[in-house]
Amino acid sequence: MCLAIPGKIVELFPDQPHLAVIEVSGVRRKVNVDLVRDEVPLAVSDWLLIHVGFAMSRISAEYADEQMRLLTMLGEADQAISELEGYEFDQT
Amino acid sequence: MKYVDEFRDAQLIRQAAAEIRKLARPDKHFRLMEVCGGHTHAIYRFALADLLPGNIELVHGPGCPVCVLPMGRVDDGLSLASDPKVILTVFGDMMRVPGRTGTPLEHKARGADIRMVYSPLDALKLARENPDREVVFFAIGFETTAPSTALTLRQARALGLRNFSVFCNHVTIIPAIRAILDSPGMRIDAFIGPGHVSTVIGCRPYEFITTRYGKPLVTSGFEPLDVLQSIVMILRQLDSGIARVENQYARVVPWEGNIPALKALAEVFELRPYFEWRGLGFISQSALRLNDEYSEWDAEKRFHVPGVRVTDPKAAQCGEVLKGVLKPHQCKLFGRECTPEKPVGALMVSSEGACAAFHNYAVRTGATTAASTGS
Amino acid sequence: MPASQQIRFADAQIEMAHGAGGKASRRLIEGLIAPLMIGPLANPLGDSAIVDVEGVQLAFTADSFVVRPLRFPGGSIGDLAVNGTVNDLAVSGARPVALLVTLILEAGLSAESLEMELRAIASAALNAGVTVVGGDTKVVEHGKADGMYITTAGIGALDNRFVCSSSLVRPGDKVLLSGSIGDHGITILLARGEIDLDADLQSDTRSILPMVDALAGAAGPGVRWMRDPTRGGVASALNELARDAGVAIALSEETIPVRAQVRGACELLGLEPLHIANEGQFVAVVAADYAEMALAAVRGAPGGHEAALIGEVRETPARTVISCSAYGGTRVVDMLVGDPLPRIC
Repeated sequence: MCLAIPGKIVELFPDQPHLAVIEVSGVRRKVNVDLVRDEVPLAVSDWLLIHVGFAMSRISAEYADEQMRLLTMLGEADQAISELEGYEFDQT
Repeated sequence: MKYVDEFRDAQLIRQAAAEIRKLARPDKHFRLMEVCGGHTHAIYRFALADLLPGNIELVHGPGCPVCVLPMGRVDDGLSLASDPKVILTVFGDMMRVPGRTGTPLEHKARGADIRMVYSPLDALKLARENPDREVVFFAIGFETTAPSTALTLRQARALGLRNFSVFCNHVTIIPAIRAILDSPGMRIDAFIGPGHVSTVIGCRPYEFITTRYGKPLVTSGFEPLDVLQSIVMILRQLDSGIARVENQYARVVPWEGNIPALKALAEVFELRPYFEWRGLGFISQSALRLNDEYSEWDAEKRFHVPGVRVTDPKAAQCGEVLKGVLKPHQCKLFGRECTPEKPVGALMVSSEGACAAFHNYAVRTGATTAASTGS
Repeated sequence: MPASQQIRFADAQIEMAHGAGGKASRRLIEGLIAPLMIGPLANPLGDSAIVDVEGVQLAFTADSFVVRPLRFPGGSIGDLAVNGTVNDLAVSGARPVALLVTLILEAGLSAESLEMELRAIASAALNAGVTVVGGDTKVVEHGKADGMYITTAGIGALDNRFVCSSSLVRPGDKVLLSGSIGDHGITILLARGEIDLDADLQSDTRSILPMVDALAGAAGPGVRWMRDPTRGGVASALNELARDAGVAIALSEETIPVRAQVRGACELLGLEPLHIANEGQFVAVVAADYAEMALAAVRGAPGGHEAALIGEVRETPARTVISCSAYGGTRVVDMLVGDPLPRIC
């Protein structure tokens, strides 16, 4: 379930710590950040996961990079073999 | 779009698909259930089944909060809108869900003040701007959305806002999964676990599935690479005969869940002793209502709701599709009496309902499906 | 009653969906309005009607504009009122000549607002090379017209450089899109102020005549079909073609031009760019051997730099529009049911 989108913090409000403006591909939205506030203060350029106007989670660049690394290693050798065998993933 | 585009990389997708083909031993047949409606939607929108070998069958689970809402609760919500003082606020997903006398959109066309909101905070804002009206928020959703409702109620209380209330239909995911596991004749090998619900509840609540039922569960993101990677992780577990909870969506899902969110839930809600789920019947301790501290903002206490039970039309097989016993196109009404334009059941209305997703996205040649949705 | 006049409309009342440009709209038009109201001169429900006046072929069309808010980034209702009708004539293969503008004004509308719109109409007409030759004005009570409703009727001379019809479309033909999609619909959605979204985006309202002229000049004989994808978006226009012509239309997802902000807004709201209204675009089907020439011509015309070839016509799956992803997945792109509704799930 649930449409939640990654957005980057572009503005914070020192006098309103429960709010932040996030941006997704040039679209900005003010969201409530009460659920992601902890000992580590939020900073502009942090990435948050947004759902119905609330930030649900901070996005971890480290985990994302690690995941990309794992994905890059998947099936490399086999992909080459598959293409030779004629699996036509490139058909559009 | 960062954190989106890289997980839709065509080359990496092909590689992941190749890995899946390698891992899915041709002599075996795998039945994997994706619990979340969001995953069902992603699978169809990105046509992921086209990339899977024929012996991997994706079974759609009940994690669609609009789909599992009984028609009677829709009617209850609509009855609130018949009070001229009330502004009923609903999410876009709810606008076309049929009640007995029409959908919220149809009721709106007949003059009911029903407005679409994008956040419960919009409803709160409406209440502040319209002090002479009663604003009711039709809350739906699993644990992903419930904390938002909770925080909104906290604000309402802090503001002393008297003209705002919530008609609460939040449900919890674990009892639904347990109901699937306990269904007789149910054969699921592993679960593609909820992604965004898990940002709130974490991964621990799923451990009983692995220990007591011996099925792997991988909490998964929603981009194509997320789902494919989760399937890789599942297949590896099945191959080694282990059953564990793994977190594929670690960039967003904390193992222990979101503490502020869980605290907010505990502060505002309590579990209903039981709640009716479309297709699954009455399940105990599976839904939320406002607790005594917040009873003043409970629409069911402030207003009278009819509370009538409405059974689905006999011919509609929503329940079986919800449990994954039937595929959408196997329901007798699918594509004929029941279409996204004239839906009989909510699975055809909600964009993440299995039937709507199938109807809208799946390429059908004759009566069969493309690739491996297990027709 | 002759078969063509049989009513096939079972809805008890009119809903917003009937005006959204998708399936419900089509049901209303084909099932009730056309059978009862439309006479034998009409061609099959194209953007304009072709009328033969003593041997001279004229294109004749009307369009209504009921947008809220009246002014938005990139334009206003006045611009839409002219461009919308000019574009309908253009995609029907006609050179727009004259417009009639009917104004339904809400009591309470400021004279200043009206003046702004009249100036917008005049300016857009001048820009499009068309003359407003008359019209009508009515005033209705406060609360009955969202400020202002405009209906524009337009007439044009059929340009023999191309002939458009769904019956001319064949497997192998290519699909040409004039530019980025979704700008107008998302701009309006944001301009309503109901969602807290801010984006640097504006409506694409404009006359498509310069691009259509270029296309006709360079590849006229190869043009098979053309539409301006307003309400219901490119998906609805192509679905209508697929059904009328009995063909399949296969789009290549990554070739479809969508601005980042439109994509971002659609992702945030759970909307599909192919379903969103456009007011300054056309989608055309062109014979394969004319496709590259057609693309180059449109790209060389003012405003056409984002044009792209986005797909092709096939035999199967018939009467369906599909979209193919870069990694080989194929999904159906259905016609919109009602208004695009944002989702949370």
